[in-house]
Amino acid sequence: MSHTTATPISEHDSHDEHHGPSGLLNWLTTTDHKIIGLSYTITAVVMLVIGGALAELIRAQLASSNGHLVSFAQYNELFTMHGSVMIYLFAGPFAFGALANIIVPIQIGAPDMAFPRLNALSYWLYLTGSITMLLGFFTTGGAANFGWVGYAPLTSSLNAPGAGADLWIGGLMLTGFSAIFTGVNLVATIFYLRAPGMTMFRMPIFTWNLLVTAILILLAFPVLTAGLIMLYADRHFGTHIFSVAGGGVPVLWQHIFWFWGHPEVYILALPFFGMATEIIAVFSKKPVFGYKGMIFATISIAALSLGVWAHHMFTTGVVLLPFFSIMSLLIAVPTGIKIFNWIGTMWRGEIWFSTAMLMSIGFLITFLIGGLTGIYLASPPLDFFTHDTYFVVAHFHSVVMALVLAGMGGLYYWGPKITGYLLNERLGKAQFWFLFIGTQVFTFPQYILGLQGMPRRMAVYPLHNEWVSLNALSSVGALLIGVSTLFFVVNIIVSWKKYPAGDNPWDAQTLEWFTTSPPPHHNFYRLPQIRSERPTWDHNHPEHKSIAHGTHEE
Amino acid sequence: MRVEAKLLLFLGLFFGAMCAVYWTWSLENAGGVMMFSGMLLCFLPGSYYLWWSRRMKMRPEDDPTATTEGGAGVVGSFPGSSIFPFLMGMGAFLVVLALVFGIWFLIPGLALAVWALLGGTAEGRRGGKI
Amino acid sequence: MLLSGCTLPNFGVTKGVTKSSVNVYHLWQWFSLGAALIGLLVVLLLAYAFLRYRRKDDKAIPKQSQYHIPLEVLYTVVPIIIVIALFVGTLIVENPEVANPRTDVVVNINAFQWGWKFAYPGHSVVVIGQTTQSPTMVIPANTNVHVNLTSTDVVHGFYVKEFNFSRYALPGVTNQFTFNAVKTGTYAGQCTQLCGLYHSLMYFKVKVVDRATYDHWLSANRDVSAAAAAASATALQSNTYVPSKSTKSKAN
Repeated sequence: MSHTTATPISEHDSHDEHHGPSGLLNWLTTTDHKIIGLSYTITAVVMLVIGGALAELIRAQLASSNGHLVSFAQYNELFTMHGSVMIYLFAGPFAFGALANIIVPIQIGAPDMAFPRLNALSYWLYLTGSITMLLGFFTTGGAANFGWVGYAPLTSSLNAPGAGADLWIGGLMLTGFSAIFTGVNLVATIFYLRAPGMTMFRMPIFTWNLLVTAILILLAFPVLTAGLIMLYADRHFGTHIFSVAGGGVPVLWQHIFWFWGHPEVYILALPFFGMATEIIAVFSKKPVFGYKGMIFATISIAALSLGVWAHHMFTTGVVLLPFFSIMSLLIAVPTGIKIFNWIGTMWRGEIWFSTAMLMSIGFLITFLIGGLTGIYLASPPLDFFTHDTYFVVAHFHSVVMALVLAGMGGLYYWGPKITGYLLNERLGKAQFWFLFIGTQVFTFPQYILGLQGMPRRMAVYPLHNEWVSLNALSSVGALLIGVSTLFFVVNIIVSWKKYPAGDNPWDAQTLEWFTTSPPPHHNFYRLPQIRSERPTWDHNHPEHKSIAHGTHEE
Repeated sequence: MRVEAKLLLFLGLFFGAMCAVYWTWSLENAGGVMMFSGMLLCFLPGSYYLWWSRRMKMRPEDDPTATTEGGAGVVGSFPGSSIFPFLMGMGAFLVVLALVFGIWFLIPGLALAVWALLGGTAEGRRGGKI
Repeated sequence: MLLSGCTLPNFGVTKGVTKSSVNVYHLWQWFSLGAALIGLLVVLLLAYAFLRYRRKDDKAIPKQSQYHIPLEVLYTVVPIIIVIALFVGTLIVENPEVANPRTDVVVNINAFQWGWKFAYPGHSVVVIGQTTQSPTMVIPANTNVHVNLTSTDVVHGFYVKEFNFSRYALPGVTNQFTFNAVKTGTYAGQCTQLCGLYHSLMYFKVKVVDRATYDHWLSANRDVSAAAAAASATALQSNTYVPSKSTKSKAN
């Protein structure tokens, strides 16, 4: 165990070269948040590729109205596992386990996370949970096939016999605890390990968003875990919580699932919002516009997110429509505040269209589309006929692809800090254009298909001529997205150790850019004086200092 | 510590108000219970932080005029490499597989988990490796 | 109807064939108008910013403005007002849509893996069909039709695109809703909630006919087998019933 001191370089213990084991044993025993975060990143990108491959199979099946690529049973597995892998195994862990793990401690001047061994455990639970869920493909009954939301009674032992369903449940329990432990770690780290002068209202927006994300994780994930335990008990211990025959209530599953499920989408979104905020500020050469407003908006989103879950259940006929409708409509307001603050950040700036900036702008525009279509869904009469159609599929794909864009921006922005090397900008821009245009080509036909009456989760569809061409067009979009991923992989290979980054290649503003790339063991040789939310900027550009929050210098 | 306390207490109050409106209006118990629990989950640490914030000296990270010298000293203990998180992860994995493939998986699973729990605790107490 | 945005584009939705579907359509148009305007505003601001404020000099550092309270208050308050307006519009359409006025035309719909059963209580008529048999629910036009919807196994979704409407069929729950079809014709329906292996094929149809045809069909299919009634419903030829000369109207 090492005790880290905050005084500069004359103390040598914690900043020396790493003394411990090397190679595989090093990886198995590491508690360094940077290595853990990197492990998360690599595992999450692998999950992205697996989920993407499942998506390409779905799109190939749907390219014709009566596709025979897969059977009905296999198709149900395909979309179930595509959604499950993307949401549970890629987006969540990437949002709060990958970049968060690496960046948050450095952004607040901490030597590591508050509980390094718990952090490592979070990663192992994530890895084993992912393997558990995917093992379903190798069982005789196949993987889970009841949709990533697993509505009862379709998940009962009668309707979903076989190990695939139990592996899905088990995998989620492991990844659920992984998330909960990460939530604990993030809150403790942010509350207790900030550097001197780094008051709460001087933390970067990315860290603020991760704090609120962590609180949401702690509020929501235990609910999912409880629901999974109930489901497993129904399946194997003879309980009747969700089955009518025993006096249970199937729709209770939906309440429990969505009480987790809606905060979950904000758990996914907030970290990416934070990434975009940082990138837009840096590449406009300006501070974040409306810093406190951004924080207020984030907290509002979190607060409201616990009261909107049944907007996923409007068509059940058993929920209080007006309550959930007004709460869901209200969530648009803080989201709008963020969009205007992003514009305000760029306004009168000096905008540098690097790959990271392009990705963030692509995120903004795509999220605008997804967010606006979400507003329709908050109105029950409009939801009644779009629910379970491709309109909803298009809506949430707009939103999650926006998050992928922001995530790619985050990798281009922080990659150099983590690895010490820049990625190739021309390949990055090519990746961006394929990803951005591919996303729109993929989603727009689906909005139309939904409004024309095509339901979701269909292996085949009625032969309307328009539907075939719209589906085919959407499949082309999916292909373009796949190509963009190839550009990304090629970029990593081509740029390997080629372009040294230096401490601060972007003239960025927050504390992590003050240290070396990559940061040393325990992150900092020395710390600057912290008087605003942009300590590195203040240090490098003293004549363009930020207004110091919390002092009387304003 | 005051901002941290206020953040959690605000969320708790908001969830309480939302719960009161929702539960009395809808008479739907699942949502009511879940929102109520969310409120309690925020009040618990929030009230703890509030209580402490009134009794503690200002920490360097709460002081807007703090200097890095002001934060000198031991920041915390950060266990270096440890095998126990990996062992606990493997134990949990096998326990979950027991839920799926058969109770006999519990033998290696619980063995690993208990070993990791005890070993990790001992490691924490005695100082562990750097 | 106050919501008739007759001059607005349809934004991808149609009026549909029921009294509610028209209102839903107009609500969609108003929501779309709002979305389009807000989207356009943001895109124009972005386009302007990209052109006007793109970096021309690597070293230049712009004015570091960090906030503008009046502007921030503006784009907090205005969206709240818009949201309230959208909510009011929602309630205006929703309340009549979910109401269940008294009516004598009742259909009990039972969804099951993987087909539909339409029963007409009090008339001893049952129509049943699975997957691509696509059973037909016959209903009279311009009449409130009250539906009792349930499922005997898993959750299914009752969706008719031309009604601009869907509702879950939940096991153990009877969902009630009422609609009033104003246009005769045959409309496609489908299950929209994943229900297992043949979810993709759980088709049905709704055939709206004039009241006389409906009454005749009902009495003609009293106490016949569910399959025969289904065939009869599908075969229902014309939208107008022309009585044959030798038939007396049956008391019913």
